[in-house]
Amino acid sequence: MSEPKPEQPSNSLLQGGSRADVLLPIADDELILGWRNSEWTGIAPFLEEDVAFSSIAQNEVGHARALYQLVAEELGTTADELAFDRKPEEYRCSPFVELRLVPDWAKTIARHCLYEDADERRIKELLESDDPEVAGLAAKIDREEAYHRIHSRMWFDRLQDVAQFQEALEELRPMVDQRGEHLSEFEQLWEEMTEVRRSVAGATW
Amino acid sequence: MIYEVFRQERKGQAFAHAGSVEAPNEEFAEWYAREEFGRRGESVALWVVPREAVHEIDDFIDELERNYHRVDGYPLKEKLREARERAQARATK
Repeated sequence: MSEPKPEQPSNSLLQGGSRADVLLPIADDELILGWRNSEWTGIAPFLEEDVAFSSIAQNEVGHARALYQLVAEELGTTADELAFDRKPEEYRCSPFVELRLVPDWAKTIARHCLYEDADERRIKELLESDDPEVAGLAAKIDREEAYHRIHSRMWFDRLQDVAQFQEALEELRPMVDQRGEHLSEFEQLWEEMTEVRRSVAGATW
Repeated sequence: MIYEVFRQERKGQAFAHAGSVEAPNEEFAEWYAREEFGRRGESVALWVVPREAVHEIDDFIDELERNYHRVDGYPLKEKLREARERAQARATK
């Protein structure tokens, strides 16, 4: 008998096997954060940032869609069904992305910075996946995320000496890797997000 | 800071003014210019220039009305009409 292999760190994304286990929490994070960030559309601090931040939000939803598609192939369902037809308790996003931060721009940017850092580590792990489709998608996502990271770092440099921003970072940092119970404000987001889909069952666009 | 953005639609074409962005520094300006004038594949290149760097000239003095410097200084319409008439007259002879 050979020696048992040393255990992989339990937080490794490559553990767990199925695409649903590995990718759904990430896809849900991207969808919900994209939704939250899009709440700034039209009311961001200035016009250029409004366009830029909305564009990032759109990208995040695009990443969610691509990830859902990979999971959907495995489960025999569709990306839309995964995104909109689950019950609130079936979503696996982190409470960190569920926080409704409008109209607090300092907190929003603090979350953006913390999220991009954490997301970078996660995508780098996916790049090593044995599943070529997952690794391939991770590479595509990473190329787009590189621009998000430039954006978040520019804002970090700009706000790092501002007390309000430092406090926001301190407050939010412990939440980054938290999983589990949804926040109460998630229910309302889910209602809004799935409303059209629920009101016209089976509709396609 | 205001930055003026010029964009090139296809390689080899002249850059044309696309618009301007407001940004706290050059880095942000580049990011915003990309987002507003490049993300839909409408440009192959951008120039992002601080507005102060643009040297504007808007006074064109022509005290003596030297209209021969301008294309409209040579009204060709009449001359062309006469030439056509001559040519036609020759052809019908």
